[in-house]
Amino acid sequence: MAEPLLAIRGLRKRFGGLLATDQVDLDVSEGETYAVIGPNGAGKTTLIGQLAGDLRPDDGAIRFAGRDVTRLDAPLRSRLGLARSFQITSIFPDFSALANVALAVQAHTGGSFRFWRPAAGEPSLTRPARAVLESVGLGGRADVLAANLAHGEQRQLEIAMALATKPRLLLLDEPVAGMGLEESQRMVRFLGTLKGHVTIVLVEHDMDAVFTLADRISVMVYGRIIATGTAEEVRGNEEVRRAYLGEDAPPPC
Amino acid sequence: MTTTSRRAIVLGVGGLALALVPPIAAALNQPFYVDLFRRMMIFAIAAVSLDLILGYGGMVSFGHAAYLGIGAYAVGIPAFHGVDNGFVQWGLAILASGLAALVIGAISIRTSGVYFIMITLAFAQMLYYLGIGLETYGGDNGMRLTRRSLFGPVDLTNPAVFYYVVLAILLLFLVAGGRVVDSRFGMVIRAARSNEPRARAIGFSPFRYKLAAFVIAGSMGGLAGALLANQTEYLTPDFMHWTRSGEIMFMVILGGMGTLFGPVVGAIVLLLLEDVLSALTAHWQIVLGPILITVVLFARRGLYGLLAGAPTRDG
Repeated sequence: MAEPLLAIRGLRKRFGGLLATDQVDLDVSEGETYAVIGPNGAGKTTLIGQLAGDLRPDDGAIRFAGRDVTRLDAPLRSRLGLARSFQITSIFPDFSALANVALAVQAHTGGSFRFWRPAAGEPSLTRPARAVLESVGLGGRADVLAANLAHGEQRQLEIAMALATKPRLLLLDEPVAGMGLEESQRMVRFLGTLKGHVTIVLVEHDMDAVFTLADRISVMVYGRIIATGTAEEVRGNEEVRRAYLGEDAPPPC
Repeated sequence: MTTTSRRAIVLGVGGLALALVPPIAAALNQPFYVDLFRRMMIFAIAAVSLDLILGYGGMVSFGHAAYLGIGAYAVGIPAFHGVDNGFVQWGLAILASGLAALVIGAISIRTSGVYFIMITLAFAQMLYYLGIGLETYGGDNGMRLTRRSLFGPVDLTNPAVFYYVVLAILLLFLVAGGRVVDSRFGMVIRAARSNEPRARAIGFSPFRYKLAAFVIAGSMGGLAGALLANQTEYLTPDFMHWTRSGEIMFMVILGGMGTLFGPVVGAIVLLLLEDVLSALTAHWQIVLGPILITVVLFARRGLYGLLAGAPTRDG
């Protein structure tokens, strides 16, 4: 069998007395949409941080596309095809939507020690950027300053920036967080169209979104993965019900 | 109007106005103005170079006067030993200050916020005390520059010729600066200023780009220092004092951070205010202070932002 696109082994991360990631093993195959759910403080964002290269794990290994990337920093992982969105929207607010995406294209096409030619005049940057904006539904907003976009549009822009790097794996940290019902449904529909084209690992609170999108789901509690399976299997798992979906846990919002 | 055409107009009109200063000063029989405006333009060059890293790169360097000093000593020390060739002196100024910026930047860019400010300040103060320690070259009294840099037929002792040399360098830097901030390179350092975690997440490693910008700015500052030594025909460690760094930073903030022409406006206005106010009262700084505070509070994009209404960081 082919090696999974992303393979995590024995991952551990401690913050003082808190074991935020506790012996996590996880395999994600190419083309799969994989969700990690869990109550607040379960360590989901810490996990994403370690996958993206912002946090160094204390122990364990992360293999991506057949390479050990445990020691690589975020920019290097991005260039290997690992793109991410942040839990709190992270864009370049004082650039136009188009420039935001063009920057992402630029980061992945050749060096940037070019001092003379205006980047905005390079079709090799702006043309793909426009196409990606079009595909996420922001085609008409290309020249708007990113700071002036609506919240939902900014989240779309973030996805557009990630897609513009032509990723093999998309890490999404709560992609529908803070969105209204209609907006989040639109985002879920859009992410659905990506299914199969790009491998997705998402962390999410919104159970509707997770159960609609994910092929497989892992449930994380106190830094540990307590169950992995399809939506049906996870829903039916006794331990999960007790720890998370059950009575003493906060209801999934 | 596009940014490019707006810039071309400002550059053309501003350049022409500055070019008219020597004939007007001659007509009014006020040669002093040539001297004053030349001084303004030299500080404008220093301020433009600081704005490249401060306004566009988000690096609050509080030691920019260090490069001014290195540039001045790169003229003064060879001149002291009888080397008057301008190409040697100014070339040395650019190289030495660029090298200093490489060292200072390689250390300071790993930090951010207050630490960055303190480290750049500390390096500049170190160089300031080094200057005081150079007994051979006058210690803390500094030394006279016995003759201005020699450039063959281009005679810098002629006030107007020297003036146009400075003007040409300023215009060259503004044109080149405008290209650089819009280039791929410029986009990277501006993106890192705007949101560094995001820049890293999309695949940029900002460090080397920021370091390169730091070196470019340092070299430009060094050239400004070489010009300043020729302007004053005197150099002292005071060129590197932290108050001088603060003055250059004020020019940038007053004129408009992250705008191409703002630092030029800032340098002209600050030195003009200094000149006018110090003629009125010995306590001119008491008047200057509130003016600066007002601008900082009410004109977020500085005087140039007010004048041009530049809506983005592109102007």
